[in-house]
Amino acid sequence: MDPHRDRDPPIIRIRDLTTRFGAQVIHENLDLDIRAREVIGIVGGSGTGKSVLLREIVGLMRPASGRIEVFGQDTAALDDAGWRALQRRWGLLFQDGALFSSLTVAQNVEVPLKEHSNLSHALRRDLVGIKLALAGLPPEAANKYPSELSGGMRKRAGLARALALDPEILFLDEPTAGLDPIGASRFDDLIGQLQRALGLTVVMITHDLDSLYAICDRVAVLTGKRVKLGTIEALLREPDPWIQDYFNGPRGRAAANTAVRLESID
Amino acid sequence: MPSETPWVEAKEHAGTLLLALGGPWITQRIGAQAEALGATPHGDARRVELDMAAVEAMDTAGAWLVIKTVKHFRALGLEADIIGASAATAGLIETVAKTDSPGLPAPAPENALIAVIVRLGAATFFVGREARDLTNFLGHTVVILFRLAVRPWRLRWTALFSQLEQTGLNALPIVGLISFLIGVVLAYQGADQLARFGAQIFTVNLVAVGVLREMAILLTAIMVAGRSGSAFTAQIGTMTVNEEVDAMRAIGLDPMEVLVAPRVLALVVAMPLLTFYADIMGLLGGAVMATAVLDISFVRFARQLSEAVSLWSFWIGILKAPIFGFIIALVGCYEGLKVSRSAESVGRQTTRAVVEGVFLVIVLDAMFSIMFSYLKI
Repeated sequence: MDPHRDRDPPIIRIRDLTTRFGAQVIHENLDLDIRAREVIGIVGGSGTGKSVLLREIVGLMRPASGRIEVFGQDTAALDDAGWRALQRRWGLLFQDGALFSSLTVAQNVEVPLKEHSNLSHALRRDLVGIKLALAGLPPEAANKYPSELSGGMRKRAGLARALALDPEILFLDEPTAGLDPIGASRFDDLIGQLQRALGLTVVMITHDLDSLYAICDRVAVLTGKRVKLGTIEALLREPDPWIQDYFNGPRGRAAANTAVRLESID
Repeated sequence: MPSETPWVEAKEHAGTLLLALGGPWITQRIGAQAEALGATPHGDARRVELDMAAVEAMDTAGAWLVIKTVKHFRALGLEADIIGASAATAGLIETVAKTDSPGLPAPAPENALIAVIVRLGAATFFVGREARDLTNFLGHTVVILFRLAVRPWRLRWTALFSQLEQTGLNALPIVGLISFLIGVVLAYQGADQLARFGAQIFTVNLVAVGVLREMAILLTAIMVAGRSGSAFTAQIGTMTVNEEVDAMRAIGLDPMEVLVAPRVLALVVAMPLLTFYADIMGLLGGAVMATAVLDISFVRFARQLSEAVSLWSFWIGILKAPIFGFIIALVGCYEGLKVSRSAESVGRQTTRAVVEGVFLVIVLDAMFSIMFSYLKI
């Protein structure tokens, strides 16, 4: 791990974030710093606002108050051109891929390239092929429509689209939900590999404890309307009852044991 | 100074072509000039070196161009190497090279003439299949309705009344307004023509026969197809997309009984009522117009009305209503259940429901006209 990294300014910086739905307060004075090139897992019980937090960072929702900075820019103060420039620097994978159902897989991946670059058609096709291969899809999948793909393939196609513009940050909303355990661990490996090869910062919402142990550098736990951020070892020392239940429950222990076993094999 | 676009400098020295790359080799900055990297003339050089030392940033698009260039020169029998790459750049180039994308399989090329014939054939088959499936669905619906007639407690009464409110009560304003305006138009146009023969009073006959036999029922049917037929398809279609319909089947509920029957019955009941209302509004529109431009008072209009039309004209309109309502609901529900699992398909089936609903209504109306003229009513 890079020893200077702590001193670099964070790539995403959230201060005093408050979110309300009517009278219901979801986040209250939430602070979160995410550093460049780390893999952060966001966990929390149902209704603690994990997806809401992600949607607020990427500007699909506005918080009631607070400041969100991405790449050092205050997102609330950006004009349209600023937003477009910012959107090119991140990729987003929605839960079920959110592929455009009227386009083939290849056309789906091509959409951001068409919109945000001046590449020739031939080069765009080449790049689409590379992104599909990076996301682990066979070339035959390129001309299929999303409705003809399995859930795992749709996620991979969604990942290829998220990677289309070589983003610096990759946001993933429950990337392994709905995949079988083998598919899920392959997807984890894939994200880990891409993160190392392309130098990505990955922010992923997940319920999958195995993913947390396998690829996350630090974990952000949404609890009590705020975030507790740290490595899993550090979080295990937190007295918070939800965190204790989560990591020390039967599933948490099983995942930890698996992780230890894998490390000893390595 | 950071440059805006990627650049290349070519130098040839002692049989070696040195391509010095610099600037940002990233997706958003790459233009035609950078894409032409592989086409650099190599003259007599036997060896090509790509110097990456001045590259400020590189992503997969840049890496791919570099790899493509190297492959291109190697294919020409030259030696080609990448030099001066930073660790990160070298790693990226290696990752991209490893994907070894064989290129996307091109969609199969089509012969235009054959494509037209294929589409024609597919469309013909589609129409045939659609007619067969719709007839099938009609039979299925009738069976379900008979079953419900024997066991009326199985009917979803709440759904039926809620559908009656949505398709009947809520349609009153628009159906009323349109019928009123059609009454006005018929009276006005009729008066204009009949005045030439001094037969203005027959405007009443024109309005009465036109509204009662055809206009009220047809316009109501078209409005209901647009309002309710499409709503049925969208509602049931969205439920199909969400797998709610499959969930119903799995629980042991029959979607035909739960979803289709209440909607069909609601329209069968609502259509005659709406048509009756449209009759009144249409005649009212005619009467208002007659009073305003023809000086035919309401009383005279009413007296002429009772002489002009037999009760049959009224009954013909009303009798067609439940049949049209049945057809519209049938098509709406059928198309809704045919939605596949995509958002696009909901829109497509909804359009189809309205078009087919209106089409079938008008075809049936024409058949009724012929039948009634044979029966001389």
